[in-house]
Amino acid sequence: MSGLLVRNLILYFPVCPSRRCKFIQEPTLYVIKGIAILDNDGNRLLAKYYDPSVFPTVKEEKKFEKNLFQKTHRANAEVIMLDRLTCVYRSNVDLFFYVMGLSHENELILVSVLSCLYDAVSAILRKNVEKRTLLDNLDIIMLALDEICDGGVPLETDPQVVTQRVSLRMEESPFNDQTVTQQVRQKLETTTGAVLQSAREQLKWSLLK
Amino acid sequence: MMSSFKQIKKDEEEGGGNPYHSMDKTSVLQEARVFNETPVNVKRSTHVLTKILYLLNQGETLATKEATDAFFAMTKLFQSNDLVLRRLVYLGIKELCTVAEDTIIVTSSLTKDMTGREDQYRAPAIRALCRITDATMMQAIERYMKQAIVDRAPGVSSAALVSCRHIMKDSPDVVKRWVSEVQEALSSDCVMVQFHALGVLHQIRKSDKLAVTKMVTKLTSSGLRSPYAICLLIRIVARLIEEDEVGADSRLFDFLESMLRHKAEMVIYEAANAIVTLRKSSARDLAPAISVLQLFLSSPKPTLRFAAVRTLSKVAMTQPNAVTACNLDLENLIQDVNRSIATLAITTLLKTGSEGSVDRLMKSISSFLNDISDEFKIVVVEALRALALKYPRKQAVLMGQLADMLRSEGGLPYKEAIASTIITIIEDNPEAKEKGLDHLCEFIEDCEHTTLAVRIIHLLGREGPRTRQPARYIRFVYNRVILENAAVRAAAVSVLAKFGAQCESLLGNILVLLQRCMMDTEDEVRDRATYYHAVLATRDNALINQYILNPPQFALPSLERALVQYLRTDTSGPFDTRTIPTAPPPQEEKKTPNIMEPAPRPVERIIPTHEKYAEQLAAIPHFAHLGPLFKSSAPLELTEAETEYMVRCIKHTFQKHIVLQFDCTNTLNDQLLEAVSVVVEGDGWDIEASLPCPSLPYSQLGSCYTLLPIPEDIMATTGTFSATLKFKVRDCDPATGEPDTDEGYEDDYTLEDVEITVADHVQRAARSNFAAGWDELGATNELEDTFALSAMTTLEEAITQITQFLGMHPCDRSDRVPEGKSAHTLYLAGTYRGGHEVLVRAKLALADGVTMQLTVRSDDPEVSEVIASAVG
Repeated sequence: MSGLLVRNLILYFPVCPSRRCKFIQEPTLYVIKGIAILDNDGNRLLAKYYDPSVFPTVKEEKKFEKNLFQKTHRANAEVIMLDRLTCVYRSNVDLFFYVMGLSHENELILVSVLSCLYDAVSAILRKNVEKRTLLDNLDIIMLALDEICDGGVPLETDPQVVTQRVSLRMEESPFNDQTVTQQVRQKLETTTGAVLQSAREQLKWSLLK
Repeated sequence: MMSSFKQIKKDEEEGGGNPYHSMDKTSVLQEARVFNETPVNVKRSTHVLTKILYLLNQGETLATKEATDAFFAMTKLFQSNDLVLRRLVYLGIKELCTVAEDTIIVTSSLTKDMTGREDQYRAPAIRALCRITDATMMQAIERYMKQAIVDRAPGVSSAALVSCRHIMKDSPDVVKRWVSEVQEALSSDCVMVQFHALGVLHQIRKSDKLAVTKMVTKLTSSGLRSPYAICLLIRIVARLIEEDEVGADSRLFDFLESMLRHKAEMVIYEAANAIVTLRKSSARDLAPAISVLQLFLSSPKPTLRFAAVRTLSKVAMTQPNAVTACNLDLENLIQDVNRSIATLAITTLLKTGSEGSVDRLMKSISSFLNDISDEFKIVVVEALRALALKYPRKQAVLMGQLADMLRSEGGLPYKEAIASTIITIIEDNPEAKEKGLDHLCEFIEDCEHTTLAVRIIHLLGREGPRTRQPARYIRFVYNRVILENAAVRAAAVSVLAKFGAQCESLLGNILVLLQRCMMDTEDEVRDRATYYHAVLATRDNALINQYILNPPQFALPSLERALVQYLRTDTSGPFDTRTIPTAPPPQEEKKTPNIMEPAPRPVERIIPTHEKYAEQLAAIPHFAHLGPLFKSSAPLELTEAETEYMVRCIKHTFQKHIVLQFDCTNTLNDQLLEAVSVVVEGDGWDIEASLPCPSLPYSQLGSCYTLLPIPEDIMATTGTFSATLKFKVRDCDPATGEPDTDEGYEDDYTLEDVEITVADHVQRAARSNFAAGWDELGATNELEDTFALSAMTTLEEAITQITQFLGMHPCDRSDRVPEGKSAHTLYLAGTYRGGHEVLVRAKLALADGVTMQLTVRSDDPEVSEVIASAVG
């Protein structure tokens, strides 16, 4: 060892404050990343996404919905992780309800929002939770959704309160005369349109021949 | 009447069952003309407005004009007092306000509704109003907002608070003035109001840690009613504990623990999750949280089971022993109907299980692997990787499982994860190498992903020549040349050349194969084949080493710029590649985070790369004569976090100069700084120029520069500099940023020292074959020295510190120490300023500290000396 020079070496490097608090959740009100109601073909009936950083465009949203539906429509398993989101869901007849949050979000908060959504919709539709009645009452459902979540913040999670806040004309029958006449009129308009259209088509084809 | 209705209903069902289906934007917007009728036709307007909202919700976009027209038509509907219609109008306002122009026109109508008597209007009107107002208009409605926050109706109060939170994203200062109202709302009886109030209050106080601590102390003792608010509070508390350097305040931790006994599951889970994610939690702290989660595992609610198993799997990543108690419950969950739960259970078991259970787990994995999504398959693969590293004896079983998975269906990320796991195992365990390479060879015989095939072929080129029978891999590689697309063929040609360069016995055959490749249809493949054939045919080892095994790695953009420059000047002299900075080798490839980990937070400031720095500096006329940028250091903080002024220093090294770039941020909103400069002083260094930053307003980043010529004496090129920030202060109005006075006063602020080290003169460089490079440099400029590193206790620690200190790049994966070894050799490669190649071999031995024998070789005696003496 005598020929070798032995020195003491002290190297000083500050501790790098690397990604501390990596898993600690940000204390935030913005718990919900999205809410969606899909039909039994996976088409969107109503959907709201609250964070553009999750899905920047509608195209990505819809792609996600298709994927989500495909993974959930058979197994009624209540919760799934997809694309870094935790999605809790519930379905009835031909409707699928989803609430999405980040993958480390407290699932139970998401579920409480989902139950509120489902129960409120169920009350508004008088337990007829199916696509047809939902579309007939779409305006009220939109208002309910707006009462449940505002910009990603859960606004209200008590379904009764939500129904009270939106059930402004629940005392009226949804099938009163005026609605029916209106529907008949509309229906007539569309059918006449369709008949004319098909006649035109036929004429075109006969000319082409 | 009723029968006809049924008939219609039936028809509609046949036509898709959705009356909103196949609507067309233009016609719906036409229909919006009905809004203009007086008196308002409530039924039709409601219907049309619903249609518009439906279209927008489907993702239909309106042009600005369309949106503005629809918006203005909609404002007519304020004449009606129909509740539903009015509230749909609010929705419409919120939807259209981002596209339409002049939306502030509805301010007065909304203000009227928000202050009116009808509760049904007030809450949604507030929310709509806050969407269309900006900070300046906020002052006009400030009084109403304050009232609304403390309103008796919970809906109104919630609406106001949530709107406050939204406003804070853009203009936090307005809301800060309402803090006493928010505080009052916090004591509300309503569950949601309390939650919203706490969220807003925390956001207001977030940057003031003392205030947060005070708030937390008060709330943890007083007891909140709302479970949502408690969940939020738990997160705030967890943050505080985590950020507290000194050690957890035991009262805060007690609070978390007491919440494990709360009656709401939501709160219990949140508390358990917080406790297990805290880094400071000891095994004893974890125990109660783990047992709560264990109870959840057998809950009938899938979500609860899911939450519990997800959290446990997270714990298992870091502290598998803490979770072993739950193994039995986890095994039951493998059969869970929810495949997400089953997958999480099995991956957790893979981490916590004993060596004996591996075979059994493998069997259950193969049974359900086909049912789960690729993302979860990746989670399983990650778990297998960890398991393979933990139990080397089980690697044969695991490798077999991975090979099966490699053959099954799956997307690119999944296959990549498997391949990289196999590669990890190969690197970790030399015995598994040949088996692993065989699996990979078999895989590339039928691999549809070009990137993955190229990666594996390169791996073969790196590892293959060093195996016992390199010849057997040639067939697999050459098959690629025959069968695959151009990118893979080109890679295969390069790899063939690597085999030829390292295996004497194969060289003849390789030359024949390369000759055949010269007939390829693709330019790149032909070029490579010709190039490699020419180099190999010389059979000149130095040449082969320099151009095949360790090819020069220039920073391509710099090379391009230098070549352009060269062509503009007199091209009679040869082009000197020494001035071209070498490209630093890519940093450790970033592991794609799996779905179990939270999505990475967006990076706050993107750190500019070498090229960006080079461009920025070249744009400054004072630095135009410095030549190409050799290296830029990582930013170095010269101030503590959250001080009045924040300064970061970046050291840019040029051929003969160093530029110190100081990025300064002024965090005082009542000051405007002018003529900001950083004065540095260091022994033996001159300062050639100093460029101040003329003006530094609040929260903006400004840079000032100092130019230092590097001393001629190569031994004097390191040093420590004292640094002081000098500037002129002008007080200004916090709201507008306008200075109050014309006169300012001088001030200065002491910063931490700036150090220029050896690492600043060295650029990391990759050597794909260190031994060849080492022999080629020869012993001419070799220096050897022995050191005792008494402060270090492990080899890993010594390796990281030496690597960082010298600023060089570890080669041949020599920065990884096999477990249980007490001696190790580290190989480092770098380029010294001026283009001198430097290689370092450090033999490390662990005995009462670390002893190191350091050998330096380079092409310049002085450089060798600088590196060798740097460590001293």
